[in-house]
Amino acid sequence: MKILVCISKTPDTTAKIAFTDNNTKFDVNGVQWIINPYDEWYALVRAIELKEADPSSSIHLVTVGSADAEPIIRKALALGGDEAIRVNADSHDSFYIASQIAEVAKQGSYDLILTGKETIDYNGSSIGGMVAELLDLPYVSLATKFELAGNKATISREIEGGEEVNEVELPVVVSSQKGMAEARIPNMRGIMAARTKPLKVVEPAAVDTLTTVAGFGLPPAKAGVKLVPADNVEELVRLLHEEAKAI
Amino acid sequence: MSVLIFIDTADGHVKKASLEAISYGAKVAEQLGTVAEGVVLGSVSDDLTSLGKYGVKKIHHVAKDALNHFDAQVFTKVIAEAATATNAKVIVFSNNLGGKAIAPRLSVRLKAGLVSGAVALPDTSNGFVVKKNVFSGKAFANIAVSTDIKIIALNPNAYQVIAGEGTAEVVALNAAVDTGKVKVTAVNKTSGEVVLTEAEVVVSAGRGLKGPENWGMVEELAKTLHAATACSRPVADAHWRPHNEHVGQTGFAIAPNLYIAIGISGAIQHLAGVNRSKVIVVINKDPEAPFFKAADYGIVGDAFEVVPKFTEAIKKLKGVA
Repeated sequence: MKILVCISKTPDTTAKIAFTDNNTKFDVNGVQWIINPYDEWYALVRAIELKEADPSSSIHLVTVGSADAEPIIRKALALGGDEAIRVNADSHDSFYIASQIAEVAKQGSYDLILTGKETIDYNGSSIGGMVAELLDLPYVSLATKFELAGNKATISREIEGGEEVNEVELPVVVSSQKGMAEARIPNMRGIMAARTKPLKVVEPAAVDTLTTVAGFGLPPAKAGVKLVPADNVEELVRLLHEEAKAI
Repeated sequence: MSVLIFIDTADGHVKKASLEAISYGAKVAEQLGTVAEGVVLGSVSDDLTSLGKYGVKKIHHVAKDALNHFDAQVFTKVIAEAATATNAKVIVFSNNLGGKAIAPRLSVRLKAGLVSGAVALPDTSNGFVVKKNVFSGKAFANIAVSTDIKIIALNPNAYQVIAGEGTAEVVALNAAVDTGKVKVTAVNKTSGEVVLTEAEVVVSAGRGLKGPENWGMVEELAKTLHAATACSRPVADAHWRPHNEHVGQTGFAIAPNLYIAIGISGAIQHLAGVNRSKVIVVINKDPEAPFFKAADYGIVGDAFEVVPKFTEAIKKLKGVA
C-alpha cells in the first residue's frame, strides 16, 4: 500500500505569538518550529503502524514550504517516513497548498492520503477536504480510529455527541485526530537513517490563490482575574449571574 | 443573487450551530442588499418554515433518503447545485464537524475562497474581509477573499442566534444525488448528555481531583448548570475520564459561554483548547496556578470544599433547592 502523509511546519505550542510589518506578518523571531502535532502524532504515526502491520507498504511525506521546513521533514523521516517531497512554495492560502499536494498525489497513485485535522497556526481544517475534492476521492474527516482489511477501511469519525463508523474502499483521504495513534519519539537509528532518506524538492504548479491575509491582530488582553474568597461562593454566583450574565 | 446557508441537521433536527449560521447569513444578506436562502439535505422532522424567524426567506429542501447518511463528497455536489440554482455569492456554513468536511470541498468545486473559523461579520467596506481565529485562539487574522463566490464557515458560539418574526418558504429542490462511497455502519452516541462541543456551559476538572471516584461533585455541578463535562489531558491519559472529554490543544477545542476549570493548573496546551470561552472561572488551591492569569473569576481554595458549596449556591439562585 502507498500512503501519503501531509506534513506542515507550525510554531511550537508554547511560541510567543506576535506580528511584524504593521501586523501583516507572523514574527518568527525566536520561534521553535515543530511538525504540526495532528500531522505527526496521529496521521504519521498511524501510517507507521500500518506499515508495521504490512511491511510492503511505503510512506511518502509531502510538505509545501520553503527550505527552512527541511528540519521538520527530517524529523518526520526519522519517525518512520520512507521518502519526502517538498514543494518549494510559501503560501497561507489553503486552496493553493491543497492544489500542490494534489499534484504530488497524482504522480504517486496513493491508496491512502492522511492529514492532521488542522494545523495549530492557521486552524483551517481545510487541506484534507480540498485534496479529496481535487482528486475526486471520498473524504472522512476528524477520524479517531482507522483499521484496514484488504482494500476496505473501517474508520471511526467524530460526530456531535458521539462517533460514527464508516466503511470505505481505498483510495480515500482521511483527516486524523486524537485516538488514531499514540505519540512516539524518534529513536537514534531512525534519526541516523533519516539523513540519507530521499528528500525531493519540486517546484510548485501554477495555481491561483483564492484568499490573502490582510492583517493579524491579538485579542484584547483579559482585564485580570477577580478573586473571590473561598468561603464566599455566593459572591461568585452573584458575579456570574449579574455581572458576567453567564448563569 | 443570494446568500446561501447550509442548514445542518442531526436525526431530523436542525442543529443549534445552524441557527447561528442562519442568523449570521441573514445579516450578511442584509449587508449585501440581497436575500438569505437555505439548503437542507435529507429527511427532517422539524418545521422548516419556522426558521424564517432567524432571517432565512426561502429554504431549498433536497429530501432524498440517500442524504440521511453523511458523505462529504455527495453532500458537496448537492450543495453546489443549490448554490448555482440560487445564484449564491456567499455561502455560509457552521464550522462544525459537518461544515469542516464539506466547506473545503465546495471551495474547490466552485473555486470559491473559503474562510474557515470566522468569528465576525464580513467587512465589505473595501473588498470582502472576514475575521477568523488563528494560532488556536491566541490571535486573529483578517482574510481577504478575492473570488466571485465566497464561502464562510462560522465558528460555533461566535455569533448570537437572533430570533425575530417571519416564516420561510420551503421548496423542494430536485438535485441529482450520487451513490456515496462512504457507508455508515454504526452510530455510537453518548445519550442524554450535553454535547461538549455545542455546550453553552462546560465544567471541567483536572488532576487536582485526585482520582476518578471524585467526579460525582463535578457531574452534580454540571447537571445543575445543564453543562457538559470535560477534563484535562492527564486525566484522560490516566483513563479517569473518557478521551472524548479531553479539551486542549490535542483534544477538543471549545468555545462555551462559561468554562469552569476545577483543579486544572492551566498549561498552555490546555488553554489553547479553551481560551475562546467567553467567561472562564478557575477553582484551584494553588494561587500560582497559571490558569488564574487567563481567568475572569477565580477562587483559591480546596475544590472538595468549594465545589459542593458552589453547586448549592447555584441551586439556590435557580430556585431548585
